[in-house]
Amino acid sequence: MSDDAALGWLGVPLAVVAGAIRVSTPFILVSLGECLTERSGRINLGLEGTLVLGAMTGYGVSYLSGSPWLGVLAAGTAGALFGLLHGWLCSLRRVNDIALGIALMLLGTGLAFFLGKALIQPTAPRLPTIPMGGWLGNEQLASALAISPLFLLGLGLAPLLAWGLRSTRAGLRLRTVGESADAARALGLSVDGWRIGATACGGFLAGIGGSYMSLVYPGSWNEGLSSGQGLMAVALVIFARWQPVRCVWAGLLFGGTSALGPALQSVGVTGGYYLFNAAPYVLTLGIMILTSSPHRTLAGMPLELTRIR
Amino acid sequence: MSEAVISDWPAAKETGHPPVVELFKVTKRFGSFTALENVSLCLKPGTLHALLGENGAGKSTLVKALLGYHVADSGSVMVGGHEVAMTHPTVAHGLGIGMVYQHFTLVPNLTVAENLVLSRDELPVVIDWAAERRRLVEFMATMPFAIDLDRPVAALAAGEKQKVEILKQLYLGRKVIVLDEPTSVLTQQEADEVLSLIRARVVAGQLSVLMISHKFREITAYADEVTILRKGQWVGSGKVADMTTKQMADLMMGGGTTVAAADRREGPPGEVRLRLESLRADDDVGVPAVDRVSLEVRAGEILGIAGVSGNGQKELVEVLAGQRRATSGVIRVDELPYTPTRTAMRRAGVHILPEEPLRNACVGSMSVAANLAFRDFDRAPLVKAGWFVSWKAITARARSLIERYGIRTTGPDAPIASLSGGNVQRAVLAREVDGTARVLIVANPCFGLDFGAVAQVRRRIMEARNGGAAVLLVSEDLDELLQLSDRLAVMADGALVHHTTPAATTPAELGKYMAGHP
Ligand SMILES: Nc1ncnc2c1ncn2[C@@H]1O[C@H](COP(=O)(O)OP(=O)(O)OP(=O)(O)O)[C@@H](O)[C@H]1O
Ligand SMILES: [Mg+2]
Repeated sequence: MSDDAALGWLGVPLAVVAGAIRVSTPFILVSLGECLTERSGRINLGLEGTLVLGAMTGYGVSYLSGSPWLGVLAAGTAGALFGLLHGWLCSLRRVNDIALGIALMLLGTGLAFFLGKALIQPTAPRLPTIPMGGWLGNEQLASALAISPLFLLGLGLAPLLAWGLRSTRAGLRLRTVGESADAARALGLSVDGWRIGATACGGFLAGIGGSYMSLVYPGSWNEGLSSGQGLMAVALVIFARWQPVRCVWAGLLFGGTSALGPALQSVGVTGGYYLFNAAPYVLTLGIMILTSSPHRTLAGMPLELTRIR
Repeated sequence: MSEAVISDWPAAKETGHPPVVELFKVTKRFGSFTALENVSLCLKPGTLHALLGENGAGKSTLVKALLGYHVADSGSVMVGGHEVAMTHPTVAHGLGIGMVYQHFTLVPNLTVAENLVLSRDELPVVIDWAAERRRLVEFMATMPFAIDLDRPVAALAAGEKQKVEILKQLYLGRKVIVLDEPTSVLTQQEADEVLSLIRARVVAGQLSVLMISHKFREITAYADEVTILRKGQWVGSGKVADMTTKQMADLMMGGGTTVAAADRREGPPGEVRLRLESLRADDDVGVPAVDRVSLEVRAGEILGIAGVSGNGQKELVEVLAGQRRATSGVIRVDELPYTPTRTAMRRAGVHILPEEPLRNACVGSMSVAANLAFRDFDRAPLVKAGWFVSWKAITARARSLIERYGIRTTGPDAPIASLSGGNVQRAVLAREVDGTARVLIVANPCFGLDFGAVAQVRRRIMEARNGGAAVLLVSEDLDELLQLSDRLAVMADGALVHHTTPAATTPAELGKYMAGHP
């Protein structure tokens, strides 16, 4: 408490930065995954379910094996399997991406709650963080700058994905499938195969994003763990115009503004607490409106997404 | 069996000569409809072979079977004397056979460079863009026309896309190229450029080409041999030098006659119907594309707009169709300011036949009947009791239009995207040029039509004019413009640079203005 007083108003930007780092990680991982999926011409709305399932799996495996890293891997695998299911079902005739996504979202959360009942009590080993602010000599600053390796994973993955989409065979082909199924077929590519693969990869990342929530921050398993992060991350992909690096910025912005309300409250500004909690949504909406134009199509949108029925 | 061919192939590749490609008794059915029946064709090495036939004769279906895009129901494909199971386009690509499809297969949001590199058969896992670019620039330097490698394909006009498609096949080093109507969106000069380029390689023995075309001029000038289809059947083949255009046309049409051109009804034109005042518009990436275009079209006259594709015609037509917003300027119809909405179009009688109609004027997955009803599905007689859409009436009307305009389809319920290219054009024409048009805007109306249909379409346009409609005809075909127009304007770089009349000008003069150096 004394630290808090010492920092005073300085605590607000600090809390925002710390929040940006801490809260943003699942947003970043899920939206990177969804970005990959959508670039192939599919939408997976089920990622909210994948996220919660990943959180439960990660926590459970970490508890049972004693290794949080094994938990992360298991969460990713569960997510990938769920993505595979989505991808495969979508390839059937007359199956709609959106409706199926919603069904899988409900299935994923339901399954996680059902299987995770026993995990609410026990404490699983958490994922360690990397202390990066120790040299500052201030405990609060140091704890704000304790960074999770999963955050760094998201940070590193974004430019890697951007590069991969531009400069690898797989990336170019994935984009072709997402832009024009006809062109892909004329090239001899299997459109469904690529989309199933991309959805599985997206699920893998979303699963890892889930494990962050149960193994890092907030760092426990319960049924109120997610408040729609998975769904919001899907929206952030549109906000980021399907660019991986922008997904990171979008996640950070969203995470940072979510920390604004609690931070202001801690320095005594209590008025408009709920209003500040709405800040991330207002901000993303505002930027969305400012950067869109009714006279242009949404720049960067994979064209096959417009054909989803 | 296919393994044998593939292992033989590298040897052939080294000598650089294309193999003999044969189609033997190919049959292809779509449901109960037989699109091809026992069709055979032999493409000899180092020849340019033309494939002729009416719209819907089965030409595209035949070449798609050759490429493995469709798998034939019976019959076989032989390459270099060996039978090959053409089950997939990659099999054909592996044998050095490539195709330019009738409907473009470039990826719109990728750049020209990405599109070219993407289709390479041995694409490395990681792409070294610096090296790829160097190779592309070197390759482009050997080509007679330049295309900006960094533009997204979506921003290119139809003619430029077609050039990229053809460049792509050459870049990939294909030995056998199939071209499905490669010149229908090119101007005569552009077509000659492209065809001479291909012809030179054919004569040098490096390439065989199978080309679908509706233009006899090109066939007699560039092709060695010809095969003719009618209604899915083989009806003749031989050396082009041994045949007259008349013989080829008779084989195509089965002796039927084509409609005569409509006479131009003389007399002074009426009042101004369509007036554009200093219209400007941007293209998809926000670059100005239409530059202060002012024009007027009177009742009972045809104003032709000539120009090389990519000079703003596409954007101009889109503005008039309400698909694109003008950045400034005014459109007037009957001297009143006009905003292209559905209601305004109906009230003012503005009808539009845009280019690439399957994309711009149809919903591909909806039926022919529904597409034919787009203009008036919500009014009597297609609506009963004020709000109830009568599918019976829509289907009945579609049947009569299909009959009257000779649209070849399996029925009014077939999705319009399953129609052959020329028949989509006829369907949209049937809907738009139905006699009630007061202002008619037409872009490249004969793109992809066989000569019989061309005569029919031009007659309809002339009849609309004679009936008092104001017609704006945007076209890349100078013959068409000179034949139909009362007045002509040339569009270059988004602006109207020259006004004249067909009697006072020549194709050569128009060509100079189109190229931007009068
Ligand atoms: N996928 C499909 N499903 C059903 N019918 C089809 C399909 N593809 C083609 N057809 C039909 O097969 C016939 C031949 O079509 P095709 O495209 O080969 O004609 P075409 O000779 O290339 O004509 P055009 O000169 O107009 O391009 C047409 O009547 C068409 O409606
Ligand atoms: Mg065709």
